[in-house]
This record gives sequence, C-alpha cells and structure tokens, in this order.
Amino acid sequence: MSKHIDPVRTEPVRLRVKKTYKLYVGGKFPRSESGRSYPVTTPDGAELANAALASRKDVRDAVAAARKAQKPWAGQTAYLRGQILYRAAEMLEGRAGQYAEELSDATGAELHAALGTVEQAIDRLVHYAGWTDKVAAVLGGANPVAGPYFNHTTPEPLGVVAVVAPGADPLLGLVEAIAPAIATGNTVVVATSESMPLPALSFGEVLATSDLPGGVVNLLSGKTSELAPTLASHADVNGLDLSGVHDSDLATELEAAAAETLKVVRRPGRSGDSLDLLRQWIEYKTVWHPAGMAATAGGGY
Amino acid sequence: MFDYAPAPESVRPDIKEHYGLFIGGEFTDAADGAVFKSVNPSNEEVLFTVAEAGEADVAAAVAAARQAHETVWGPMSGAERGKYLFRIARLLQEKAREFAVAETLDNGKPIKETRDFDVPTAAQHFFYHAGWADKLSYAGVGANPKSLGVIGQVIPWNFPLLMLSWKIAPALACGNTVVLKPAETTPLTALMFAELCQEADLPPGVVNILPGAGAAGAAVVNSPVDKVAFTGSTAVGRAIAGAVAGSKKKVTLELGGKAANIVFDDAPIDQAVEGIVNGIFFNQGHVCCAGSRLLVQESIADEVLARLKDRIATLRVGDPLDKNTDVGAINSAEQLARITALTEAGEGEGAEVWQPSCDLPETGFWFRPTIFTGVQQSMRIAKEEIFGPVLSVLTFRTPDEAIAKANNTPYGLSAGVWTEKGSKILWAAQRLRAGVVWANTFNQFDAASPFGGLKESGYGREGGRQGLEAYLDV
Repeated sequence: MSKHIDPVRTEPVRLRVKKTYKLYVGGKFPRSESGRSYPVTTPDGAELANAALASRKDVRDAVAAARKAQKPWAGQTAYLRGQILYRAAEMLEGRAGQYAEELSDATGAELHAALGTVEQAIDRLVHYAGWTDKVAAVLGGANPVAGPYFNHTTPEPLGVVAVVAPGADPLLGLVEAIAPAIATGNTVVVATSESMPLPALSFGEVLATSDLPGGVVNLLSGKTSELAPTLASHADVNGLDLSGVHDSDLATELEAAAAETLKVVRRPGRSGDSLDLLRQWIEYKTVWHPAGMAATAGGGY
Repeated sequence: MFDYAPAPESVRPDIKEHYGLFIGGEFTDAADGAVFKSVNPSNEEVLFTVAEAGEADVAAAVAAARQAHETVWGPMSGAERGKYLFRIARLLQEKAREFAVAETLDNGKPIKETRDFDVPTAAQHFFYHAGWADKLSYAGVGANPKSLGVIGQVIPWNFPLLMLSWKIAPALACGNTVVLKPAETTPLTALMFAELCQEADLPPGVVNILPGAGAAGAAVVNSPVDKVAFTGSTAVGRAIAGAVAGSKKKVTLELGGKAANIVFDDAPIDQAVEGIVNGIFFNQGHVCCAGSRLLVQESIADEVLARLKDRIATLRVGDPLDKNTDVGAINSAEQLARITALTEAGEGEGAEVWQPSCDLPETGFWFRPTIFTGVQQSMRIAKEEIFGPVLSVLTFRTPDEAIAKANNTPYGLSAGVWTEKGSKILWAAQRLRAGVVWANTFNQFDAASPFGGLKESGYGREGGRQGLEAYLDV
C-alpha cells in the first residue's frame, strides 16, 4: 500500500470506498444466491463494478417476495401509495447528481444530458404519484344497468408484473415501466438492463428509503436470456412487460411462454400515454347489488 | 307438487334445409364443398345442413371484411354506423320470438330462457353499443380512438346469439368489421343474424359468418386479422394466446370458471336458495360464470341443503319448447359424456351425490340436476369446470376461510356473496379474485356492465365503457 502514501505530506491518500452492487429483493439487498457476479463496464470498456448475476432461483425468490407484498400494497390507500411515489421522487431529486454520474458512466451520455434524464425520471414519479387516487374514478364508475341493481366497476391491480427493462435506457425506462404498475397496487419483478444495471440497482436505494414496503419492487441484474424466460413461464406472475425487449425472436418466445399461464403481455414497441400504461396492469371488477330489499332478488326460477 | 299440463311454444321459425357461409353479404357454399349437420339436442333430429368453412373461405371472408373496413365501414361517420346498429337492434326485437324458438331448437335450452333472457339481452347489447358509435372519444380511452380493422371472433355454444351480440355489437360500434365463427353445434341463430344483416342493408363484408369446427376457428385466429376475440375453454384460450405471440394481433379471451357462491350464516336463506339454483341450473349449468361451488357456512349448511333439495325437486326437466320447463337438454352428446365422466369421478373420489327423481325424455341428451356434498377442495368436481347442472357443496366456518376457499382456483371469472350485512358484502367483494361479483343475486348480465375474468379465466371485458377498450386503437 506504500504507493498511497504521499512522500511529501506523509499522510495517507484516502482510498475510495467502492459500492458493491447487489440485487434488491424483498426490501433487502442480497447478493445472488448463486454467489455469481459479472463485470459491468462503461460503453468504452472501462471497468465500473461487479454486479450480482442473478440466477433462476433469485427470480423465484423475487416473485415470492412480490407475491407476499402484493395484497398489503394493494390494500393500502391510494393516497398513501401516492405519497410513497412522491417520496421516491424526493429521494431521487436529492441525489440527482449521483444518479446523473452513474447514468453518464453507464450510457456514455454527457453529464448534463444524464442529469436531464434523471430529472425526467423524477418528474415521471411525481406524475404517477398524482395518478394513484384518480385512476379508479377515471376508469371505473357506476353502470346504468336495466334493472333494480346498483352496479359499479372498479379497477384493481393485476397482481405481480414481471418487467424486462429496456436495455439502453437504464433509469428513465425503468421508472416508466415500474411507476404505472405499482401506482395501482401491483408489485413488480424487474430484469434490469443487462449491460447497464448499475443505475437500476442504485435506484433500489431510492425505493428503500421512500417507505416503499419491501417486495413491492424487486430488481434483478443478470443475463436477460436467463432471467426473462423464467419470469415469462412463472405461474405466479400475472403480467409480463416486454416493452424493453428489442430482439423480436426473444419477445415472441417470451410471449408464447406467457400464454401457457394466460399472462397479460405488453408487447415490444407499444407506446402509450400514462393512462394507457396504467390500464395495462389493471383488471376491472364489477359488483352487483340489488337496490332495494333482498326479497326481490334471487333468481328467475 | 302441482302437475303441469304441457304448454308448448307454438311459433316455428322458418328454418331452411341448408345454409351457406355468409361472406361479403352473400350466402355461399364452402370452397371445398364441406357440409355438416346441426342436430336438435332434445330429440337428436337433424335440423338443417350447413357449409363448413375451410381456410380458403376464411381468407375470402377476411378479404371481404378488409375491403368493407377500408372502403365503407371505417370511413363512415359514427352516427351513421350507430344507426345501422340501432336498426339491427330493432330487427332483433321484431323477430324476437323466431330467434328464441330457433335458439331453443338448436341449443336445447328452455324457451323461457331464450325468450326472456338470450334474445332480449342480445337486442339490448346492439341498442347499447349503437349509442356508443358516435361518442367513442368520450369513452375515456383516449381523445381520438380509432378502429382496429378486421376482428376475428370465435364464440361458444352456450349462448349462441347472445355471445354473437357481445362480440359483434362493440366491434361494429368501434368501426371494425368482423369474421365470426359460431360454435359447431349451434350455428342457426348466427345464420339467421346474417339474414337479418341483409335485411338491415348492412354494407356487404361488415359482418361475415363462418360456421365450422375447431379447424375453422384456428384458421380465423391464424388469418391476417387485426384482433382475435374468443369466448370458450381455457385450453383453447391458451392455444390462441400462443398462436398470436409475436404478431401484432390484439387478443381478448373470455374463458372458463369455477365460481364460488358463498352463503354466510346471516344470509336471506330463501333468496339464497333461489340464487344457488339460478347460479348452477340456469342454462343447464352451461355457463362459464356458473356458481358451481357452493360455499355454505357450516352452522346453516344442513338447513340450506334441505331447502335446496326441496327446491330442486320442483324443477321441471324436459321439453325445451315447453314454457314451463326449467332445465332443458344438454347441448351435445360430447358435453353429456364430459359431465357424466366428471360426476363419476366425484363419486369415485368419495363425494356424496344427490339427484331428484324426475323423468327424463327417452331421446336427446339429458342430465338430472345434481348436488355433491362432502366435497373436498382436492376433488376434480371442486377444481374442474363441469359446464353442466352439477353443484359441488363445500362448507366453511369463518369468513376468512370462505374467501380463501373461493380464491383457491386458477380461474377468476365470477363469484357470489349472500349476506344481509352490507359491510360484509363490501369486505368479501374486495377480497374475491373475480371479474364479476354478485351480492345477494347471481347470473345478472347487462350491456352496460363489463363482464370478464382474471387469471385463467382470461383477459379483457365485454360490455360497458370498459368493453370498448378491446376494439379501439388508442
């Protein structure tokens, strides 16, 4: 270590503490159960860090965590979900400089451009924070049926949504995928950008400090070819977001795998406004009540 | 019990000896000349013969629908499209009795149901969607929604005309044209609807009807349509979802169910018994949202079962054309075999079977209303969709247990809740994983009310503002 001793000042130069980039599962930051990691570099090849290389077992663990978290998350008030999303925006704003640097390192973008992207991500979180307690009023409502019934429809979360995050847009693309899903009470498991996972893994720290319950968002770094098929075929996943998949053969294969358990699939290249994205991961529940005495109900027999 | 004198429906619709495929506004035989027969399931007599669509016919129909979409129906104003749909609704109302009798002949369901439910509800569906045609920008799916193009639709045999209306009315209102394949055993009212489209002067190619079996359905799914809409079994739904993978075709699926009908100890028992009967014996139990699993609270189980058996013993099973008939014929020999096999499995697994001692006609396909008690969740009759007049009865002790058992199924189409306590209804409705929940009622349907399921019951809704999403490009 002698080279770190400044011969003139004779005081040690401080060694930088590097971050270990780990997964974000169930509110914790575990390494891959497989013990594997893979080197992550800048676009021109400079080494950045070793990220955890998640395994299929990690996927299953993450889905279990997402499933466990889903009912309580959906059971929270929409107001609280909105506050938590807004809190995430606050956390990201406070660390915007750090995320701009990480994003710049990952993508090779100029720092000021990367900062602009981080700010867009912050603004998207704020946008969806405001949606949580309006979406039911906009998409649901009372239905004027032709009989003595009160009939109303409410949007409900689909359940657990698996996201194959955009490969080349590691932070904003991730936020655009996650926010509309969790705003309505879904929980998500994300296969992060394979080549640029670090901004996503750091984003886990924003979520972890935003009062977001553990398991609502789970972030897995690793090989898309290993993680995505496990997510697509997992029987306890209800929705599959393939909008970040650019390989059309892979997208077809994943959609076909998802068909076995009748998952709702968002195909690659599907754009839409925020209401369209919110609608992607909801189900409608319609409830009929007799309006009046139950004595008039029953059947037609 | 009173004896009832026969009260047969006297109207007879003009059923032709042979029907063609309806392509581009004209009836035509199949390119390969294939033909099949449609049988009256209540007496096994052949009603008519009909052309069976093959791949060449599907291609011709899709081309006709494409041309109609591009040249006539797509460019037409919403208000004018709506007027055609209003006209169709009115024609259905005018010919309601003929359609009702035809449906009963071809399907086997009681005339009481086709007359009072299937046909009026189908007409309402056209009337409702007619009004949407010039108001789509207010539907809340986007400021300027557009039609998708040509829709391929495959429908089941349990509500032939009603399922046709659920498919065609919203598709046309949203500016699409359709190629629809009715079920193999029940093409009649779809073909009469094709004649009605001619009478309404609907532009040729807007509606195309292609009778056939599974191969024709697969050909529609694999043809260059813009969207596939399917109602039927979960197995076929899976295959369709796989077949459209990687394509640009949108898809909505309305699949099977194994609905729980939950009766709490504070339920209005008389009404609940009526609702249980309606839930499972309506349409011979050939209902995807049938209340096929009765979950009754243990403390009232004996009383509910006793009253239920008394009530079922009064159901009149027999001639579907008799106005007093409650339970008609099973739709086909194939379906009867499936119901029989599953009930035998129920007995084999140790559940106790009960049936009323009613007489059944000697010809045709019939199955007595059936109750299984002592049913465990692991039994096939508690897990699999029987699609027949067979009720599996389970008990529970606590509300939490009721919800857990109700949700213990890969399906998620419908559910029922019976209690006089409003807060308990809301509590249960929030927790039930089902697209439709009936509280103190069952099997209610309306054009203004979205219908559809979650999990392996499929995705997408039919009816209401939400149902339009499936047919619009936003």
